[in-house]
Amino acid sequence: MRPVIPYVTAALLFGIGVYGVLRRRNAVLLLMSVEIMLNAVNLILITADTTVRAALPHTGQVFALFVIVIAAAEVGVGLAIVLQLYRLRASVSVDEVPLERIDA
Amino acid sequence: MTAADALLLGLGAVAAGSALLVVTTKHLVRAGLYLVICLGAMAGLYLVLTAELVAWVQVLIYVGAVVVLLLFAVMLTRAPIGASDDLDRPGWPALLVGGGAGLGLAALLVDAFRWTTVDLPEAGTAERLGSEIFGSWVLPFEVLSVLLLAALVGAIVVSRPDIGAQPAGDRSAPADPSSAQTSPASGVDR
Repeated sequence: MRPVIPYVTAALLFGIGVYGVLRRRNAVLLLMSVEIMLNAVNLILITADTTVRAALPHTGQVFALFVIVIAAAEVGVGLAIVLQLYRLRASVSVDEVPLERIDA
Repeated sequence: MTAADALLLGLGAVAAGSALLVVTTKHLVRAGLYLVICLGAMAGLYLVLTAELVAWVQVLIYVGAVVVLLLFAVMLTRAPIGASDDLDRPGWPALLVGGGAGLGLAALLVDAFRWTTVDLPEAGTAERLGSEIFGSWVLPFEVLSVLLLAALVGAIVVSRPDIGAQPAGDRSAPADPSSAQTSPASGVDR
């Protein structure tokens, strides 16, 4: 197995995720891009599990499981915030989110 | 070039191509479905890299739950069915930063690993990973369960308007009409 193939795949996926986060204006698409970035990190961890001989076996895979759990928590809270934003502003465009305090 | 390499190349191409479609398509629902293809190809990559349990967890959590949540969000925010033109902002800075990050990391990793080969280790089955998690990583596991609980409670508080998005003074106003009589200032704005 050539480890450079999944490593380069993960690097390209991370770049695509960064591009999506900076390019997209819709908050749901922004969350999708963040998911792609988290998956790229998972791929790096799992590939490192096969190439790096750590003191404990399968540490990379255990960490990938932890990252999946954190991603699930992130998407839950993120979608709650997006739906609340839609309720308040009737739009999910992140460009229209006011940075100052709303006095509603 | 072994069969594992060919599989890694194919699945990696599928994952990268569908991820590119996720960030470039003009249809919101199609972006979610391309995300399914991308995450499924990543699960295949995990399987080739001997991470069995992580692959199935990926299918269950990501393809099963996270994508469904995202599609729910697409529906609940009344996204248009057809193509929409207002999804993107101008792309040159994003292309510069994203392409720079991706190609820079790829160049770094290519330089680090060249065209070397490694032998695949023994498969990460549920039995082995379970003994690792409950042997060496118990404390992070428990901290993560607390984090999940906190995220759950936080999501509920954020999405319930009667307890979340009000000033601290009139929290009980909509739920309890008797308190509206005792303190007439609260609950007026609802």
